Amino acid sequence: MLVNEKPAVKDQPMLSVRDLKKVYKTDGGDVEAVRNLTFDLRPGELACLVGPSGSGKTTLLKCISGLMAPTEGEVLLNGTRVVGPPKKMAVVFQEYGRSLFPWMRVRQNVELPLKNHGVPKAERDHLVDEALEAVGLAHVPHSYPWQLSGGMQQRVAIARAVAYQPEVLLMDEPFAAVDAQTRADLEDLIRTVWKKLRVTVLFVTHDIDESVYLGERVIILSSSPTVVQEDIIIDLPEDRDQLNTRALPRFTELRHHVYEQIQLAKKGHRPAAAVVS
Amino acid sequence: MTWLKSLAYLVGLPLLLILIWWAATLGRPNFFFPAPGILMDTFGEVWFGERILSDVLPSLGRLLAGVAAAIGIGIAAGLLIGSVKWLRALLEPTLEFFRAVPPPVLVPVLMLLMGITDSMKVVVIISGCIWPVLLNTIEGVRAVDGVLSDSARTYGVAGWARVRYLVLPSASPQIMAGIRQCLSIGLILMVISEMFASSSGLGFTIVQFQRSFAIPEMWSGIIVLGLIGVAMSFIFQWTERRVLRWYHGQKEVENAG
Ligand SMILES: Nc1ncnc2c1ncn2[C@@H]1O[C@H](COP(=O)(O)OP(=O)(O)OP(=O)(O)O)[C@@H](O)[C@H]1O
Ligand SMILES: [Mg+2]
Repeated sequence: MLVNEKPAVKDQPMLSVRDLKKVYKTDGGDVEAVRNLTFDLRPGELACLVGPSGSGKTTLLKCISGLMAPTEGEVLLNGTRVVGPPKKMAVVFQEYGRSLFPWMRVRQNVELPLKNHGVPKAERDHLVDEALEAVGLAHVPHSYPWQLSGGMQQRVAIARAVAYQPEVLLMDEPFAAVDAQTRADLEDLIRTVWKKLRVTVLFVTHDIDESVYLGERVIILSSSPTVVQEDIIIDLPEDRDQLNTRALPRFTELRHHVYEQIQLAKKGHRPAAAVVS
Repeated sequence: MTWLKSLAYLVGLPLLLILIWWAATLGRPNFFFPAPGILMDTFGEVWFGERILSDVLPSLGRLLAGVAAAIGIGIAAGLLIGSVKWLRALLEPTLEFFRAVPPPVLVPVLMLLMGITDSMKVVVIISGCIWPVLLNTIEGVRAVDGVLSDSARTYGVAGWARVRYLVLPSASPQIMAGIRQCLSIGLILMVISEMFASSSGLGFTIVQFQRSFAIPEMWSGIIVLGLIGVAMSFIFQWTERRVLRWYHGQKEVENAG
């Protein structure tokens, strides 16, 4: 069997999305961004979320992070309903250029969330240094974000999230604007950080290769109206590297499968369970 | 060499204008337009005496107090009104109305209410200066970027930290534009507040000279006003360059790219 069954949840899920529906009320009428989404993330899981453009991935992340209230359904973090931005969650937004404070230097940007939560100076300095080092930006702490390239700005945003030491890390197509080499480095960085901190990661991407390489699990969304098209386990070895992992036959198989599912999703094919709704 | 050059740019046009003026007054002495030399002498006599203490400094003090209060109150109220949606909807039409009332018409009213006092004059200055700061601050607070605001929220930057690290810096370009207008209105109102029933101050002195046909003295007073305006403008620009360094830098990058 290529496709694994959804894992049985023994311990309490870290993050739980239950029958989530989101309808935007606009002047031009209602826009249903998400129809019905249900999935769980176990503590320390690294899941990738793929789906066609406009399938409501950003909308989903905003609901999970408590920035927006769902129209129906709920999001549970550690069993508690999310009603506002939870403390132990960090989000890296798609629009990297607009998520950093242009009036603060790189270092201050990374430091601000920690300072805001009253982390002592010495510890703060240590965390910031480590995070900047990890994303390869230790050499530009005194630059302003707008003095950096798009990829570097996104790395600052990642450093800020990493330094914050969240329990849950949400990332919305964070590598869309970076070159292939930086992208590969950042993918490895995410896996390193994940392994080290055992943080629960939900990583949104539209890149199929990336989702398979990065994730322990890939959740495929259907096109709008959005439901979960498929949820598969990526049974690749935990230690991955760009050359060898991508050359594995299993990698190709999984990649092929995800690709097929996305093509089906684009054509409007719905998973059997969702057709009735 | 470069500072010499910038000095030349700075004084070049003023020197030229003085030269033209001097040439124009050369042949036929005009009662209403004294020659530069005469004016220069008058300037020294009139302003480098006790008038500095009795008129210039008190006027400047009131100007400073009025402008500082207008900026302080304007920013504080603007932050509040800009952040609270219903408050903004409630107040905005009324604010536009008050902004439209020309402050000089308030002088007689305030005189009746407060008497001819220093505080009356300061209130006149505030009543005119506060609007550009207030309305620009409201505008700036409203224009805070959505993604940036979301970022701040997810990291728990709320309350006073949100104002300090997000709202205030984000609105600072608009606030500075408001302050620029506030300064020039302030100077005008400083003079006007002293023109009615006053017994000292720059505005009073200039009107006094005018009424007694002390023409060179009157002109010298106008020059003092001009110099105060220039000094304020320089101080403003110096401050603005520092406060909005990031903003100008970002604009430059955006325009280049
Ligand atoms: N603020 C909003 N108001 C109204 N409609 C919205 C709003 N935000 C998103 N939508 C709509 O909801 C749908 C899903 O948008 P969303 O941005 O979540 O998609 P996405 O999967 O993140 O797309 P992409 O891959 O292009 O980033 C789209 O049809 C979009 O037009
Ligand atoms: Mg999106």
